[in-house]
Amino acid sequence: MRHLLSTSSLSHADSVGVLDVAEEMAAVGQREVKKLPALRGRTVVNLFFEDSTRTRTSFEAAGKRLSADVINFAVKGSSVSKGESLKDTAQTLEAMSADAVVIRHPSSGAPHRLASSGWIDAAVLNAGDGTHEHPTQALLDAFTLRRHAAQLAGRSSSGTDLTGMRVAIVGDVLHSRVARSNLWLLKTLGAEVTLVAPPTLLPVGAHAWPCTISYDLDETLRGGVDAVMMLRLQAERMNQAFFPSTREYSRSWGFDEARLAALQSAAGDTVILHPGPMNRGLEISAAAADSDRSLILDQVRNGVSVRMAALYLLLSGEHHRGTADVQTTQKGTST
Amino acid sequence: MSDSTGRYLISGAGLGAGSGTDLLIEDGRIAAVGAEAAGSNAEVIDASGLIALPGLVDMHTHLREPGREDAETVETGSAAAAQGGFTAVHAMANSSPVADTAGVVEQVHHLGLRAGWVDVRPVGAVTIGLEGQRLAELGAMAGSRAGVRVFSDDGICVADPLLMRRALEYVKAFDGVIAQHAQEPRLTEGAQMNEGAVSAVLGLAGWPAVAEESIIARDVLLAQHVGSRVHVCHVSTAGSVELIRWAKQRGIKVTAEVTPHHLLLTEDLVHSYDPVYKVNPPLRTDADVQALRAGLADGTIDVVGTDHAPHPSEAKDCEWAQAAMGMTGLETAVSVVQQTMVDTGMLDWDAVGRIMSTGPAAIGQVPGQGRPLAVGEPANITLVDPSARRQVEPSAMATKGRNSPFAGRELPGAVIATFFGGHPTVLDGRLNTPVQEAAAWSK
Repeated sequence: MRHLLSTSSLSHADSVGVLDVAEEMAAVGQREVKKLPALRGRTVVNLFFEDSTRTRTSFEAAGKRLSADVINFAVKGSSVSKGESLKDTAQTLEAMSADAVVIRHPSSGAPHRLASSGWIDAAVLNAGDGTHEHPTQALLDAFTLRRHAAQLAGRSSSGTDLTGMRVAIVGDVLHSRVARSNLWLLKTLGAEVTLVAPPTLLPVGAHAWPCTISYDLDETLRGGVDAVMMLRLQAERMNQAFFPSTREYSRSWGFDEARLAALQSAAGDTVILHPGPMNRGLEISAAAADSDRSLILDQVRNGVSVRMAALYLLLSGEHHRGTADVQTTQKGTST
Repeated sequence: MSDSTGRYLISGAGLGAGSGTDLLIEDGRIAAVGAEAAGSNAEVIDASGLIALPGLVDMHTHLREPGREDAETVETGSAAAAQGGFTAVHAMANSSPVADTAGVVEQVHHLGLRAGWVDVRPVGAVTIGLEGQRLAELGAMAGSRAGVRVFSDDGICVADPLLMRRALEYVKAFDGVIAQHAQEPRLTEGAQMNEGAVSAVLGLAGWPAVAEESIIARDVLLAQHVGSRVHVCHVSTAGSVELIRWAKQRGIKVTAEVTPHHLLLTEDLVHSYDPVYKVNPPLRTDADVQALRAGLADGTIDVVGTDHAPHPSEAKDCEWAQAAMGMTGLETAVSVVQQTMVDTGMLDWDAVGRIMSTGPAAIGQVPGQGRPLAVGEPANITLVDPSARRQVEPSAMATKGRNSPFAGRELPGAVIATFFGGHPTVLDGRLNTPVQEAAAWSK
């Protein structure tokens, strides 16, 4: 891997490989000394154009456990408000000899630009871009689901995928980078995905995606699923006429207590996931979030292992600084 | 500096489907055609194998001056036009200050005369400051020395239906035309690219075809109601072509243009997130591209307009969402039209003359332009070598803009010479010299 920008470009072997390395990283987390020397002397920059304490902290912990020098670079107010350009920021980091740039950005495609524009030579890791992708979130979700499935089957998770697992992704798919990354990765790993959302919160064009689309959460749950991923709902969507009210949304597409009760009374081991941060009482009830079916805290825990694996694979492979196939822009230079 | 009243003999040029013939240029006009032209004492331009077209007229150009001289000036933009085979361009009104008064359109007109590369025909704004609130002084612009006949808020849609109706009605007084930028604003808030399969995957806010089509549907009905003519800028969807075809069948006075980039490129290029492909209206699907070509071939779409939109490099060297919309197009237009329409067998070179010269000149009522290549006509002539092939290199262009979406592509055809009022602004495929007294012959 040269960069990690999207899960759509990850092969089955790559995906299983990342999850397997993440298992090894998780084992390190169980030791008394939770640190590996793998990335000693390498510099990882967390370049965050959006506030996200949890993702930034997770990457920071991952880099430090691999002994990398971790620099946090927060750009306030995003580049929409005339600040320093992404290009200048990137080249500043390049001048500081960053080996990897972990970027969170409100604009879809910003990590892609960073990786393909020739501005920098560092490996680029997408930590969430606009409404496009959030690949490490999908990897940690898959890691969590794979462990859960292995536990049920009483086997090791290493080398396995998610063949046959039925996963429902519920909520604001339109604006969700988590949903997109999860869909591609779950599909690659052999799971069957159902997207459940009000029609206004599904992208035009989603009918071509490799999944089932449903407007009815209860019907999907009755049909039987192994995992339900609830997506965060931005309350301000209500003002853009995506749905009439948060209460109506919650009644139709929230994981409320009635749905939890229905799940508890049915046979099966359906688990509940949420990428956080949660709007308790909106897309997920407190009872569901805190129930024994919830894997939400496992997701957070596993995040560090998966991000360690991603950084390790990006920085310890054949690619080293200076030997990169530096891509050049196809546009001419200008003064 | 060449003498604009020089004598030139264009030897052996193909006129449309016909075989090679000679054209004698004298005193800014075509003095003789065919056998009568031969043997005269003139500088001979060997045009064997070349196609002679009436000088090209761009329906839609952004020259950026006044206000954004860092992006383009009338001088550089009109030189780029000459290099692309044009002898006239319509300069859009979204400059700063906006071309919404007689003073600004006269200034742009004057800058065009001074540059001397092409006839610069200012387009006047429909509303003051392009704000869509109050009509600009359309009559004053029409009556100015610039003689404005095309009015447009291009870049912004005249969304208010009542204002659009009034504008359509009002310009009948001086036979003007409203050129509409068809984009329903509420349906395109924050829009970044065509809404469909690709926007869904890329997570970019969608720009639905219906936002264009609903305005076109409304405007052709308004034009019918008040008996005015309306021109639709940069048509980009298959549905728009259908609507315009329907309107024309009903006898509604509507004309339409398509850009070269919408004839060739599709939204698939946006997968790169390279803002050089960011444009308004956005690149659409292959089905749209095919419908646009068919519409241009059958006359539903009347003309090609480049929507040449130069930007400084920093406006494109950034994230997609922050990037400016627009592409350069003057210096690649003929090549793209050849590739998409001529080499595909959909149009012959006569028809290229119609969609790139006669048609735009008629819509814009540009005097002395889009005329037949016949004795006594102004010598506005473009010579194209259809057998040439070239690699597009933005840094070698005359425009200041480096934002060509065709960069690195090999395209057919090359402009070998452009005669503007009898003077070669382009010779041997390179910029020659501008005309000193453009005003003298065009009056």
